[in-house]
Amino acid sequence: MKQSLAVTWMNLRSIPSRYLTSLVIVVGIALVVGVLVAMLSMSKGFEYTLKGTGSESRALMLSAGVTAELSSYIDPQMVSLLRELPGIRRDAAGKPLSSAELLVITELKRNGGDVNVALRGVEPAGLAMRPEVKLVEGRLFKPGLRELIAGRAATRQFSGISVGSKLDFRNSQWTVVGIFDSSGDAHESELWTDADTARSAFGRPGASAVLAQLDPASSAADALKALQASVAGDPRFQIDVLGERDYYNAQSQGVTDNINFITVFITVIMAFGAVFGALNTMYSAVAARQIEIATLRAIGFSGLPVMLSVLAESVALALIGGLIGAGIAWLLFDGLTTATLGQNFTQVAFSFAVTPDLVERGLGWALAIGLIGGFFPALKAIRQPVAEALRGA
Amino acid sequence: MKYFPLLWATLWRRKARTVFTLLSLTAAFLLLGTLQAANAMFSGGSLNLSAPILIVQARVSFTQPLPLRLLPQLEAIPGVSSVSHSQFFGGVYKDVKNFFPQFAVNPERWRKTSLECHLSDEQFQAWTASRTAAVAGRQLAERFGWKIGDRIPLTSQIWPLKDGSRAWTFDLVGIFDDSSKDSCVRQGNMYIRYDYFDEGRQFGQGGAGIYLLRLSDPNRAEAVSRQVDALFENSPDETKTQTEKDFTLNFVRQLGNLNLILSGITVAVFFSILLVTGNTMSQAVRERIPELAVLKTIGFSDGGVLALVLAEALLLCVLGGLAGMLLSVAALDIIAKLPIGIPPIDADLRVWLFAAASMLGLALLVGILPALRAKNLSIIEALAVR
Repeated sequence: MKQSLAVTWMNLRSIPSRYLTSLVIVVGIALVVGVLVAMLSMSKGFEYTLKGTGSESRALMLSAGVTAELSSYIDPQMVSLLRELPGIRRDAAGKPLSSAELLVITELKRNGGDVNVALRGVEPAGLAMRPEVKLVEGRLFKPGLRELIAGRAATRQFSGISVGSKLDFRNSQWTVVGIFDSSGDAHESELWTDADTARSAFGRPGASAVLAQLDPASSAADALKALQASVAGDPRFQIDVLGERDYYNAQSQGVTDNINFITVFITVIMAFGAVFGALNTMYSAVAARQIEIATLRAIGFSGLPVMLSVLAESVALALIGGLIGAGIAWLLFDGLTTATLGQNFTQVAFSFAVTPDLVERGLGWALAIGLIGGFFPALKAIRQPVAEALRGA
Repeated sequence: MKYFPLLWATLWRRKARTVFTLLSLTAAFLLLGTLQAANAMFSGGSLNLSAPILIVQARVSFTQPLPLRLLPQLEAIPGVSSVSHSQFFGGVYKDVKNFFPQFAVNPERWRKTSLECHLSDEQFQAWTASRTAAVAGRQLAERFGWKIGDRIPLTSQIWPLKDGSRAWTFDLVGIFDDSSKDSCVRQGNMYIRYDYFDEGRQFGQGGAGIYLLRLSDPNRAEAVSRQVDALFENSPDETKTQTEKDFTLNFVRQLGNLNLILSGITVAVFFSILLVTGNTMSQAVRERIPELAVLKTIGFSDGGVLALVLAEALLLCVLGGLAGMLLSVAALDIIAKLPIGIPPIDADLRVWLFAAASMLGLALLVGILPALRAKNLSIIEALAVR
């Protein structure tokens, strides 16, 4: 043990004399880890945005079998029946707290191209039920007028949205009268208007989904189960009832799966390249130390400490590279906002999130590359016959 | 060329190092090739959508169906040779993961508009003969191992049947492929009959979806688009008309700034391979200094030695680069067959030119310093090293 430490320390201190070839490992691995962490921070950020949307205390009712609000449609008659179900909280006046919302896609400009933006028609209860939604600028839309409020993320992602600006769609002009903040969740990329205004403008009398506040008399999970049971038990309904949180959790799946697949594809290939680079560096490091290693062996050091010293060198270089890579990814990307298409075919804005577990994953890859890149050269170092090596062939 | 054996021998002087460097180069160019092919696709370069087809959608969004009654007005526009309408069906085949698009179309109109796709007369007859009949592209049929006569169950995410159920079933009567090589871009799609679909669905009757206009003169695309949009301006059904290529590209662009991401990764890959190869070349020259001196002694000029080292760098980069590019072609082939909904990507000429330029640039960057060192070598000093 003491031998190992001594040899390893001696070796690590000699790295600066080989700094140019060592740079191959450090930079090579920094790039692999940097790309990995940057790509994953994108899928992490998207996941955070969607998972941060909704509340445990609310339920979402959609047409049975659909995976996204966009493809769901519930008839007006069904909507009124659904509102009256047990398990839904009622306000002081005894009216059920529910919002039948219509989601439609509109197209807005962004850097010359058109992008799909969600327009959501919400009922007054929809605003009361969502305490996370706060108006930060202007005022609320008035029912019956073509007025809307825009999420804060929407104002950043799409051009021409601010209080007072006019948007053209469905052959009429809509006025942006306010901006809302919902702590960076998926709704912040949307435009909101009055539900009835949206229904008449888009000629769809029903709703895409009905959002309901669960009865606080029992736990949220129990209330949800009761609501699900009463919908399932009534043959008139072809409706799925989901916890709002669960719905949004599932929405991130498709996009994050795609990003993760591409990331793994790219990282595996880059890692291969880095391993071969590391092997070259470590073989030449062993070659440079040939006489030193042989001397150590000749004066009685066993193979293990020598091997460990080589491995320690490559692992140390790899971890330095990994930290640099993760650090650069963090500096460049953490918090950067961008947008992509969500399950509803509309833009969802999100921020890259470089989290400790991503850095950990990156360092894991660095460690693996360092170990593989150091192992074979380390083996070669102790297999070389001492006498031959001392001759410095 | 007569120096080739010499080059070859020096390249393999240290076998392990050369092999590792080559493998590193191969990995780098595998990525470079794949990413640049994807990049070319996202910027529209290799998207095989050159057919003279315009897509007419509702101005508010492509998801808002345009009514069927616009059909005669669209057909009357000069320069439009045929019109087809297409409603997205949104069906799920067994599992959401098996995504592929299906559209409800009129068979005659579809056939006259999709001239790039070939459906045999006999199969076309079968399609028009039965209301529940459907046709699928060759690529799609192969993906799920479908044969003619198979019943395809689809659960529509958008369209319930009259009884509220979402379970539709179709009979596969035809499989279409290219009219000429790689011409049919719809091979991943399935087409069902509009009449059957429209009668069967619970709501939305009379909605046609989007329209595809085939033009007799591709150069009139711009003019016809403007004419269509002007025709329906200020009507309840305002339209937005663009070429099929722009329609598709706009979709892809909405995924995010993919070009920037792909270019960023390409630069990272290039930089790391520069380091690996550069290290190898400088080591190779350093340990060969006495040999290079001998070459000069027996009459090689300074320039000759410089060329020799540069040629060695080029050989290394081209060998590894070529292997990586060939692998990337194979990888693109495999990715195209994966059921993840990524459209087929081809490494076109531009990608190969980019790769060739990268190999050349790389060789020059990594070879020039060692080559200059070899050129400026003084024979006496170099031979004295021993």
